Amino acid sequence: MIESYIPIFLVFGFAILFSLAVVFSSSLFGPQRPNAEKMTTYESGVKPIGLANERVSVKYYLVAMLFIIFDLEVIFVYPWAVKFKSLYAQQGIQVFWAMIVFLTVFEVGFLYAFKKGGFKWD
Amino acid sequence: MEMKDLFYAMPLLIVGGGILLILLIDMFFKGGKKIIPALTFFILLGTAYYSLFTINQLPIGLMPVSEFGLFYGMLSFGGKAHLFYFLFNFGSAIAVLIANDYLKKIETEYSEYYILLLSSVLGMMLIAGSRNLVMIFIGLEQMSISFYALAGYRRKNILSNEAALKYFLLGSFATGFLIYGMAFIFGTAQSMMLIDIFSQTSVLVKNPLFMIGILLFLIGFTFKIAAVPFHMWAPDVYEGSPTSVTALMATVGKAAAFSAILLIFVSVAKMGPNSVFSSMFSVVAVLSMLYGSIAAIAQKDIKRMLAYSSIAHAGYMTIGLAAVNPSGIAGIIFYLVAYTFMNLGAFGIIALLESKEGKFLSIEDYKGLGTRQPFLAASLAIIMFALSGIPPFAGFFGKYYIFLAAIQSGDTWLALVGVLSSVISVYFYLRVVVYMYFSKSDDESAILEISQTGLLAVIASLVLVIAFGLAPGSLIRLISGLI
Repeated sequence: MIESYIPIFLVFGFAILFSLAVVFSSSLFGPQRPNAEKMTTYESGVKPIGLANERVSVKYYLVAMLFIIFDLEVIFVYPWAVKFKSLYAQQGIQVFWAMIVFLTVFEVGFLYAFKKGGFKWD
Repeated sequence: MEMKDLFYAMPLLIVGGGILLILLIDMFFKGGKKIIPALTFFILLGTAYYSLFTINQLPIGLMPVSEFGLFYGMLSFGGKAHLFYFLFNFGSAIAVLIANDYLKKIETEYSEYYILLLSSVLGMMLIAGSRNLVMIFIGLEQMSISFYALAGYRRKNILSNEAALKYFLLGSFATGFLIYGMAFIFGTAQSMMLIDIFSQTSVLVKNPLFMIGILLFLIGFTFKIAAVPFHMWAPDVYEGSPTSVTALMATVGKAAAFSAILLIFVSVAKMGPNSVFSSMFSVVAVLSMLYGSIAAIAQKDIKRMLAYSSIAHAGYMTIGLAAVNPSGIAGIIFYLVAYTFMNLGAFGIIALLESKEGKFLSIEDYKGLGTRQPFLAASLAIIMFALSGIPPFAGFFGKYYIFLAAIQSGDTWLALVGVLSSVISVYFYLRVVVYMYFSKSDDESAILEISQTGLLAVIASLVLVIAFGLAPGSLIRLISGLI
């Protein structure tokens, strides 16, 4: 049983060795001529202002939560739609109704979020 | 799946459909808010009636269900599952009666309360009816997440927020144990179906990984029943949550967790009466009984006192698990029914008296209640007698059947510790009675503003507590027939 895990251990070992090699070889072989501009957080990006642990508006939390609703819907509906023909041939119309039941439960929850103003920003 | 499975799963579908219906009413009808509590109450009562009616017989016109179960063997039908469905639905219906006017009083009246309540009941029913580890997990999570939200329902009250956060953090941690245990069980038994696991148990007990799996599973649920050493959350959560929510999670929530332990218990029982789990349950039982009873003596807050007493009650019921025999399981179910209605009555009375500012939460406030509100004082006194196990109330027979099972399996010392702990517990239960009848209050005015529905809830629990105390035979016969 443990033998079947050997490829996974090999991949782990390779990943660790490779990442260590890449990190250390660049500092070992690369030229090092630092200046003030190079040492900033984003060398060719925007200037970092303020602290990283800034407080974020709680509204984003709601957006993230509602996104998960869509996410879950897609996770279930997409494979179902792809495999629908073969499933229908096997089990008949109940394949269709099962998804309708799921979507009904789901859309009521979604409608609830909409009616309670979950999508209003202000 | 066959279409008739849907008819068999009627109790679950009624509650599930009720959630959607109430959500829609709340969304689209401005005036609908008034009928939502009544609608929830009748949904729960109807389901309770249907489940009770179908414990031993099928509804007319339906073929008997196969041994395999419903929905590809995921759910069971009838028997013990339906007895638990009845307990959950009827208990929650009483909790709705308690909540109706209580929520108005504390000015946090939103329809979401009833949606979350129904959702938690659906989760409990999924636990009690499941025949698959994943179903147990889904049911438990649905129940727990609804409880986390309900515990923080008074969102402007700091204690309620604290309760919700503590319950959520500790509860999710305990769920981690549970799912880790399920992974071990699945890894060794190669199946999530309980039937497959039970059929292999005699072989699997030699596998230490399987034993670790069962142990972790039991730890997860020992947390949910609030038994020592996984009890720390209970006092804070019971104290901080709105009283109507505490009434719900201290009673039917605990019954749901016990129903899950009883599901997996077949596996433990096959290991014989002297297995490692039997001794584990003995230790948990003794610690819970003594810790709960002794710690409750020091409490000044009545909800906290009842929380510690509920830890002790979890200990008494765990004796039935340690006994590992059918009469122990019957005793647990009887005790759960008795305990549910005793505590619903007790929390119902607290919810009736409690004011928005928190009057009547301290035990001191109950001084002189005997003259100020004679009926509620008498009811509370009866419930306190019942909780401490004084005959002829339901609590006595609950303890009687549990201790009898322990003696039958040779654990007489467990029954003795149980009796000792009951004697200790009499002190703090009767202190409330002494305050009500033998102490003078500063405020002698009669309390007249009592919610009608809440009073109905108290009377219903009281009638059941007395009825099961006077005639325990019919209930214990019904339960014994199902095991």
